Amino acid sequence: MRHLLDTKDLSLADALNILDTADYMGEIGQREVKKLPVLQGRTVVNLFFEDSTRTRLSFEAAEKRLSADIINFSAKGSSVSKGESLKDTAQTLAAINADAVVIRHGASGAPQRLAEAGWIDVPVLNAGDGTHAHPTQALLDAMTLRQFRAQTTGAETRGLTLEGMRVAIVGDILHSRVARSNLWLLTTLGAQVKFVAPPTLLPVETEDWPCEIFYNFDEAIESGVDAVMMLRIQKERMHNAFFPSSEEYSRLWGLTPERFARLDAADHETAVLHPGPMNRGLEISAEAADSDRSWVLRQVTNGVSVRMAALYLLMTGGKSADFYPGA
Amino acid sequence: MTKPSTYLIKGASLLGEREADILIRDGLIAEVGADVSSPEADIIDAKGLIALPGLVDLHTHLREPGLEDAETVETGSRAAALGGYTAVFAMANSNPVADTAGVVEQVYELGRKSGWTEVQPIGAVTAGLAGERLSEIGAMAESRAKVRVFSDDGMCVWDPALMRRALEYVKTFNGVVAQHAQEPRLTEGAQMNEGKVSAELGLAGWPAVAEESIIARDVLLAEHVGSRLHICHLSTKGSVEIVRWAKERGIDVTAEATPHHLLLTDELVRTYDPVYKVNPPLRTEEDVMALRQAIADGIIDIIGTDHAPHPTESKDCEWACAANGMTGLEQALSIVQKTLVDTGLISWADVARIMSAKPAEIGLATGQGRPLEAGEPANLVLVDPAATRTIDPQAQATKGKNNPYRGLEVPGAVMATFYGGHPVVKDGKLTTPVTHVGN
Repeated sequence: MRHLLDTKDLSLADALNILDTADYMGEIGQREVKKLPVLQGRTVVNLFFEDSTRTRLSFEAAEKRLSADIINFSAKGSSVSKGESLKDTAQTLAAINADAVVIRHGASGAPQRLAEAGWIDVPVLNAGDGTHAHPTQALLDAMTLRQFRAQTTGAETRGLTLEGMRVAIVGDILHSRVARSNLWLLTTLGAQVKFVAPPTLLPVETEDWPCEIFYNFDEAIESGVDAVMMLRIQKERMHNAFFPSSEEYSRLWGLTPERFARLDAADHETAVLHPGPMNRGLEISAEAADSDRSWVLRQVTNGVSVRMAALYLLMTGGKSADFYPGA
Repeated sequence: MTKPSTYLIKGASLLGEREADILIRDGLIAEVGADVSSPEADIIDAKGLIALPGLVDLHTHLREPGLEDAETVETGSRAAALGGYTAVFAMANSNPVADTAGVVEQVYELGRKSGWTEVQPIGAVTAGLAGERLSEIGAMAESRAKVRVFSDDGMCVWDPALMRRALEYVKTFNGVVAQHAQEPRLTEGAQMNEGKVSAELGLAGWPAVAEESIIARDVLLAEHVGSRLHICHLSTKGSVEIVRWAKERGIDVTAEATPHHLLLTDELVRTYDPVYKVNPPLRTEEDVMALRQAIADGIIDIIGTDHAPHPTESKDCEWACAANGMTGLEQALSIVQKTLVDTGLISWADVARIMSAKPAEIGLATGQGRPLEAGEPANLVLVDPAATRTIDPQAQATKGKNNPYRGLEVPGAVMATFYGGHPVVKDGKLTTPVTHVGN
C-alpha cells in the first residue's frame, strides 16, 4: 500500500491489516500516556483545501499520538479560485521534505492527481475528495461495525469481517463520498449494503454497484437491517429541486422517532451510525441520535485510531502483526 | 507572389483506387494520368502513397486573437499543414470574440500571411457568445473574410427563439449555423459523461440527453424555417438516431464527429488526468461504436477535429479546475484510418468525402474539397497508409501539448501537403509557406 486514495482497490487482507492495526491504536488511545514514538522526526502535512473541523482534528490527534511533526496548510478554495495551484503547493511540500500528505479537497480526484502526477513522491492520504471518496471515514465506520458485531456476538474484533451484516446507508448518495467509500469497503468485508435515497439523490447507472437500492426507507427496514448509517443532508439541495422541502425529506427518509422505534423493536440488535455533523430533526431525530443504539461518538473515537493505523502503515511499511507478537 | 513551380507526383494511388501521375503547375492540377512526363517538374515519388484532396477542418480553435499562449494562427496553421489540411475553419471563441467584421478580417489576414493553410474564420452567432442577441452576421458575411459559417461553439445557442432567428437570418447569405448542442441547465458544473464511470468517480455528469434534446429541437426548428443546420461534435448514440430521423424526413441537417469521440471512452477519466477532459465529454464504448457506424452509414457527414490547444497550466491541475479540449489537427487522419479505414468501415474515397469534399461544401469553401482532376486547384495530400508512428505531443507543431494520444502508436502518416500548388509539407516535414495566396 503506497497511498490511501480510495477503498475500492483495498483487498480484504489490506482492510483487515488496517482495522487490526487500528484496534491496537485504539488501546493506545485509552492509556494515560497516549503516545507511540513510531513517527518521531517525520513530518506530516495536513493539506486542507476544504473546511473540515472534525476530520482535521482527528488527523491531528492521530499524528500527535504517533509523535510526528505536523504542518497544517489551510488553503480553502485557493486552487479553484486561481490562486496557488495544487501543483505548486505539492512541489513546495516536496521541497520542504514532507514525509506524507493528508489531503482534503473539494475536487473529486485531487488526491489521486497529487499521488500520480509526479509533483511529489510521498504517501498521500485522502481525507475526502469532492463527491468521490473518503476512505478513512469508511474505515472508521467498518471499525465501529466490527465493534458492534463483537459486542453482540462476544467475538474478538481482531480478524473479524462483517460477513452477512446488513447495513443500510440512507440519504444523499449522489453527493456522498462517505457512501461510495463504504460501499466498496463494507462489501469487501462481506457486508450487504443497502442504499436508501430519493431517486434524485442517487447517481444514474448504478446497476453494477454491489448493493440493493431502496427508494422507500420503510421497505428497507422491513427487508432487515443490522445497522443504519444516516448521511448528512445539505439543506441547499432542496433549492435545486432534489426534494420539495426539508419536512418532506425528514418524513420520507429521516430516522424519525417512529422509524427508530421500529428498529428498536426488532428481534435483533441494531446500530445507528452517522458520519457527523448531524442535522438533528432533519435526517436523524434526537431520540435516535442520543439513544444507546447510537454509535456516533464511538465513530469519532475510532476515527483517530484508523487514521493512526493508516499513517503508521503507509509511512513505516509496517503491518498489524507488529503489535501482536506471537499471534 | 511565390514563383509557381511545377511538380510531378509519380505513382500515387488516387483515393486508394487507381494509380496515376499528377502534374501540378501554376497552382492547379494540370494533368492526371498514366505516365505523365514534364521535363521542368520536380519529381515526387509517391509509390505506395494515397492521394487525397487537401483536408478541410470545419472545427478548429486557433485561439488568436487574445489567447496566443494557447495557439496562434501561425502555429495552428503549421499543425494543420502537417495534418494534411489545406483549409481550416477557425472557431469564434477568441478574445475578443469573432463577432464583428474587424475580428474576422484580422483572423483571415493572419491566415493569409502565415500561408500554411487556408484560414476561414467562423463568426459568432451571438454577440460575445453571450446567447442574448445576434452578432453582426451580415457585416461578417460581407467582409473580406466572407464568413458563411456561424457558431457559438463552446456555448450552445440555447434560447430557442434566438436559434430560430439565427437559422432564418443566415439564409440571407446562404450561411449555416453550426450548433454546439448542450442544454445548459442539464449540464451545470458538468465534468464528464454521466453514467457508470461518473457515478463511481463522483464527478458531476454531462448526460447524453443534454445533447440530444437540443439536436431534436434544432432539427425541428430547421425544418420549420427551411434552413440548413450543422451539428458540431455529435457524441452520443441517441444523437445519431435523431439525425437519422431528421435526414429521413428531408431536413437539411449535417453532422460532425471528432476523431477523439471515435476512439476514446470515459473509462479514461478514471485516471483523473485532465488531458481527457473535453466538451462534449468522452462517452461510452457503445457511443463510440454507434458514431463509427453512423459515419459508415452517412448519417454523420464529416470529421471535425475540434482541435483545442491549451497552455500547460490549464491541464496540469485537478480535474475540476482544468480546461476542456484536446489538440487534434496533427493526428486526425491517423485516428480516422485506425478507427474507420483499417476496421473496414469506410474506404479512402469515403475519407476524402468526410474530411474534405463534404466539409468544404458545408462551409462553402470554394477551391477546397475538389476532385483530383485536371483544372482543379492543387490542394491535395499524400498519405502513407503503411506507416506507423508513435505520437509525441512535444514533437508537434501546435503549441498545445494537451494531446490524449501521447505514446499511442497509430497508422498512417502525411508525407506531403500541397496548398495552392505549393508543397507546404514534403517528406512529412514543413517546408515553406505560400505567400500572398489569392492576390
